[in-house]
Amino acid sequence: MPEEKFDCIIVGAGPAGSTAGFLLANAGLEVLIIERGTFAGSKNMTGGRLYSHSLEKIISDFASVAPVERKVVKETITMLTNDSAVSIDFQSQQLNQAQKESYTVLRADFDQWLAGKAEDAGAILAPGVRVDDLLFKDGKVTGVIAGEDEMEADVVILADGVNSLLAQKAGLKVELKPNQVAVGVKEVIELPAQVIEDRFGLNKGEGAARIFVGNCTKGKIGGGFLYTNKNSLSLGLVFTLADLAESQLTVPQMLEEFKSHPVIKPLIKDGKLVEYSAHLVPEAGLNMLPKLYSDGVMVVGDAAGLVINAGYTVRGMDLAIASGEAASKAIITAKEQDDYSAASLARYQDLLDRSFVMQDLKQYQKFPEFMENPRIFNEYPQLVVNIFKDMFIVDGSPGKPLRKKVLNHAKQVGLVNLLKDAWKGVKAL
Amino acid sequence: MKPISIEEKLGVNKFNVDEGNPHIIIKKETGNLEVIKKCVIACPAGLYSIKEDGNISFDFAGCLECGTCRVICAGTGILDWNYPQGTFGVEFRYG
Repeated sequence: MPEEKFDCIIVGAGPAGSTAGFLLANAGLEVLIIERGTFAGSKNMTGGRLYSHSLEKIISDFASVAPVERKVVKETITMLTNDSAVSIDFQSQQLNQAQKESYTVLRADFDQWLAGKAEDAGAILAPGVRVDDLLFKDGKVTGVIAGEDEMEADVVILADGVNSLLAQKAGLKVELKPNQVAVGVKEVIELPAQVIEDRFGLNKGEGAARIFVGNCTKGKIGGGFLYTNKNSLSLGLVFTLADLAESQLTVPQMLEEFKSHPVIKPLIKDGKLVEYSAHLVPEAGLNMLPKLYSDGVMVVGDAAGLVINAGYTVRGMDLAIASGEAASKAIITAKEQDDYSAASLARYQDLLDRSFVMQDLKQYQKFPEFMENPRIFNEYPQLVVNIFKDMFIVDGSPGKPLRKKVLNHAKQVGLVNLLKDAWKGVKAL
Repeated sequence: MKPISIEEKLGVNKFNVDEGNPHIIIKKETGNLEVIKKCVIACPAGLYSIKEDGNISFDFAGCLECGTCRVICAGTGILDWNYPQGTFGVEFRYG
């Protein structure tokens, strides 16, 4: 039998769960956060980078106290073929401004810190406990079941990540489909801070973020990423599951090949592998949005599929934090009115609809479909590399006018395809 | 960096394996090679393989708990997939 009833039980101590826990505990609610790992963050991984704006609103100047790695001041997009690369670099002082800045993070440290803030505010954190099921009474969620234990609450927040088995049990979500998720794999490669700063042309404490498209996934839908941490690099690949089936190489093999690519190899030289991790990324955005709430229950963060992949930026944690905030606001009102029905918790959806979360998800709604185009991962990187080869490789053979060079290469892809894809891309963004 | 085998990579990680209590069980061994082949390609930890005699080889120790095989096999009844019990499984020290 339940011993104690909480105002709110949160399943999962990632950014969404801990943000909600922090705000609810701050408002004086009795909150229990249950985490299946031995500590918050021990089951979590990110590419990764945190866009600071949403947490900044909640904990002002958090980066001065939180375990963030480096502030990103340099963004690079690289198109890869098997032996060549063309990169676009973006550096701006604006990347440095408050609310606009982003930080590389490692989740074991970062999530522990955020969960600690929730604990400091009065939330109870129960790590090492797997929630197996939900308690229902008259169709309402009334708590959670973990092994032999039952724990009751007025409302349960499901912040249990992309696989969220519980959101399915709550009837909020249907099973993920292979075209809605990507698998991400990552190596954390240790290097001295000075070496990282020298290799990437950074001042002390500054960071770089790089994304790669093309040969790194062997033309499969997905891409590569590299983020600089304080004393390590986060290097990895992401593949849409649906497109992997016919791959000649396995995911681990493709990661090894990526590491030996002539562009990557010197960047990780003399580095030491300290961890290898993997995770699913919900990538279908609005097209996979579950029902966000029901009587006595809400779903937040990755569990709700709140991720935006716009190709050049991938965002999840800032949405997770904002969703945790919206959920907590709805619950604080629900508590005041002593009404945890679906009608009352609908405030969560209203708040999300009015925030950047839903507005951005709508903005990029068509993008996942646009990315399901093999030309983006094969022909176009090759096309760009071929044009640059013609421009920069001088070997004594007679030169041609640049426009002819460009046109010849473009014709190989097909001008109609090129125009069609360009138009689709513009529309999708 | 020298090439690293998947076994060596997993060896760098911290695991607390729930010996004798697998969190992923292959329920239907036969007739599902096409689906399992997708897991062989996609499993980040390389835990699935198909032996020469056509049997499936799978080891839950070393699982990174991503759920890739779960999504690939969803609706087929091939896998019984759950998270490991609390405190068990992979423990990311960096993440």
